[in-house]
Amino acid sequence: MSVIFAILFYLATLVFVVGLLSRISLYARTPAPLKIPTTPAPTTKTGVVFRLTREVVFFESLFKANLWTWAMGWLFHASLLLVTLRHLRYFTDPVWGWIAFIQPFGVYAGITMLLGLCGLWVRRLFVERIRYISTPSDHLWLVLLIIIAISGLMMQFVSHTDVVAVKSYFLGLLHFSIGTLPADAPLMLHLFLVFALLALFPLSKLLHAPGVFFSPTRNQTDDCREHRHLSAWGSKMESEN
Amino acid sequence: MADITAPAYRTIPIIPALKPGAMEGKGPFIANEKHQEALGFPGQVPDDWHDKAIAKMGELLSKFRSLRVYMDACVHCGACSDKCHYFIGTQDPKNMPVARQDLMRSVYRRYFTFAGKYFPKLVGARDLTREVLDEWYNYYHQCSECRRCSVFCPYGIDTAEITMAAREVLASVGLGQKYSNEIIAKVHKIGNNLGLPEPALVDTLEGLEEDVKEDTGLDIKFPVDVKGAEVLLITPSADFFAEPHIDGLIGYAKVFHATGTSWTLSSMASEGANFGMFIGNYEQLRKVALRIREAALELGVKRIIVGECGHAWRVAYSFWNTLSGVGDGADETDRFAQMLQKQLDHRYKQPTHICEFTWDLIQRDALKFDKSKNDQHIITMHDSCNVARGSRMGDLPGGQFEIPRNIIKAVANNFVEMDANTTRERTFCCGGGGGLLTDDLMELRVKGALPRMEVLNQAVEEHGVNYMAAICAICKTQFSKIMPVYGFDRRMVGGVHQLVSNAIILGDK
Repeated sequence: MSVIFAILFYLATLVFVVGLLSRISLYARTPAPLKIPTTPAPTTKTGVVFRLTREVVFFESLFKANLWTWAMGWLFHASLLLVTLRHLRYFTDPVWGWIAFIQPFGVYAGITMLLGLCGLWVRRLFVERIRYISTPSDHLWLVLLIIIAISGLMMQFVSHTDVVAVKSYFLGLLHFSIGTLPADAPLMLHLFLVFALLALFPLSKLLHAPGVFFSPTRNQTDDCREHRHLSAWGSKMESEN
Repeated sequence: MADITAPAYRTIPIIPALKPGAMEGKGPFIANEKHQEALGFPGQVPDDWHDKAIAKMGELLSKFRSLRVYMDACVHCGACSDKCHYFIGTQDPKNMPVARQDLMRSVYRRYFTFAGKYFPKLVGARDLTREVLDEWYNYYHQCSECRRCSVFCPYGIDTAEITMAAREVLASVGLGQKYSNEIIAKVHKIGNNLGLPEPALVDTLEGLEEDVKEDTGLDIKFPVDVKGAEVLLITPSADFFAEPHIDGLIGYAKVFHATGTSWTLSSMASEGANFGMFIGNYEQLRKVALRIREAALELGVKRIIVGECGHAWRVAYSFWNTLSGVGDGADETDRFAQMLQKQLDHRYKQPTHICEFTWDLIQRDALKFDKSKNDQHIITMHDSCNVARGSRMGDLPGGQFEIPRNIIKAVANNFVEMDANTTRERTFCCGGGGGLLTDDLMELRVKGALPRMEVLNQAVEEHGVNYMAAICAICKTQFSKIMPVYGFDRRMVGGVHQLVSNAIILGDK
């Protein structure tokens, strides 16, 4: 079982990293032939950095759009960030000081993450418009994340897993040596679903994470009159006639 | 027209319930063979339309980062779902921006993604059938490319980009839209959307000079093709004779007259509109824009000023520098752009919006006004979508909102705002933009105007508003046509420069 999970770990990580990098490189290589920032837009590069930061950290546009979706979505994402950081302790030895510091908050974040996810799912199930646009995969992603959160919380609050053994298992994997993974059901479920999430990330709507940085309506500077913006294929037309 | 009634006002801001299929089969007329072929598109749907359409999609995905990213990034969060005026007015769920995008995204997933190829049901992927193609035609012509949804999307997904791509795919398999394609062909052949040839244009403008002389006693000129003029005015051709547009044109001419600016129109480029944007075809967009470059070079003008037209200003402000070099900052080695940029006077922004021009003069005290001449008006401002969300005026972001308002306040005493959720970057489209200003879409146009009419009605009841200013030829035409359906006087809509025209004090100095 330890070997199977080791293989899944390596496989999922590989698919995640390679898949994500290839997608990002595809986005980066695809030209943006016209200036299409949604205005009013920043007129400088620094301004664009601020705009994207507000978008990524505070979900500015979503806040303008719908307070409920914003609250649930932000709660989920901020909690997920804390929870993920908290998990770095399984991969570092000695544990970095600030990771140790956030440990207690990370536990609560697990709960708020679950709340956020449930809120988003309730919205998807009961708001007519959102239900209309939902595909089965939209629901399944939420179910997947909810089970990940619940199985994680179970290890904390219901049936304690030997986290010391888990840590030594993962530290071993980092050096390509496969140790023994505690054979607990919640742990295996938790890990299996996380690996599934990693592997499916570059094939799915989770690409919204890198996508937002490449969105021309958000990342372009409004300096159309001051600088000539030209794509390679656009400028080729000029030499043709 | 007679059988189309206005939908009832909502108690704001209730989100309407869904009425699936409400706008099925309500799309515009399809372009005939002649209009398709004039633009280099196939005249009929070819037998291998399926493969051609998919190939075209692949081509667009590789050429436009917007489309590439936007096909992947949507998470179906629903932020945009209640933001479209056509959804609010028609209640058809496929007019929700996300659902409109999904018409194409479902096909994208089927042919271009792993999940859609192997698990289509799971991710809502579907084959491109003839029914799907027809559905595209119907609903991608119920989007005015106004970009309101893109303001609210957490990833900035712009449905306009997807609509443009879809229309481009449709045209490439013989399903172009009659209205837009017909107009673009006229621009190429004659020089403007209305198909008004040079002699008729000159004649019209001479008549206008006489009318203005009768009115003011002054020799205010409307020059055409004057070589060596300082300013080339590019304005929507509706300004030449449509009501209320023409009063705006008179306003521009009075401002030029008051300051002794030498200016000219061009018979070759007597059109500010660029429907190439509406059909999403870069080549057409560029070709229409190149006429203006050609006219500017031929007439040797120093400045290019653009009249009151929404999408024309987006194209001019955001795209001209790219397409035709009208702008600044081209590379030393960029011979194409340098040819024109060396000729233009870079003490001024190139191109300049007529509102920027007038506001600059007002700030320098170069114009005098009798504000009381506009006292019969209680004025509000309808921000036109393309100006609001696709362009700028002045040096600061948001100048496109401030400058027209500043002008109104400088020439009139009574100005009030409408509900802030429906102005500035949150403004609603008039319901006729994006190539939809055609009689075969009248039901859509009436219903799409609902959100704006609701808010206008509030302003009328609270403040007695009787003049809604807009700086867009399409807004002006659309509103003067559909406002009577909502029980308003068609003359309630007018330009900003119509107000300038009313109040400006001319005469020998």
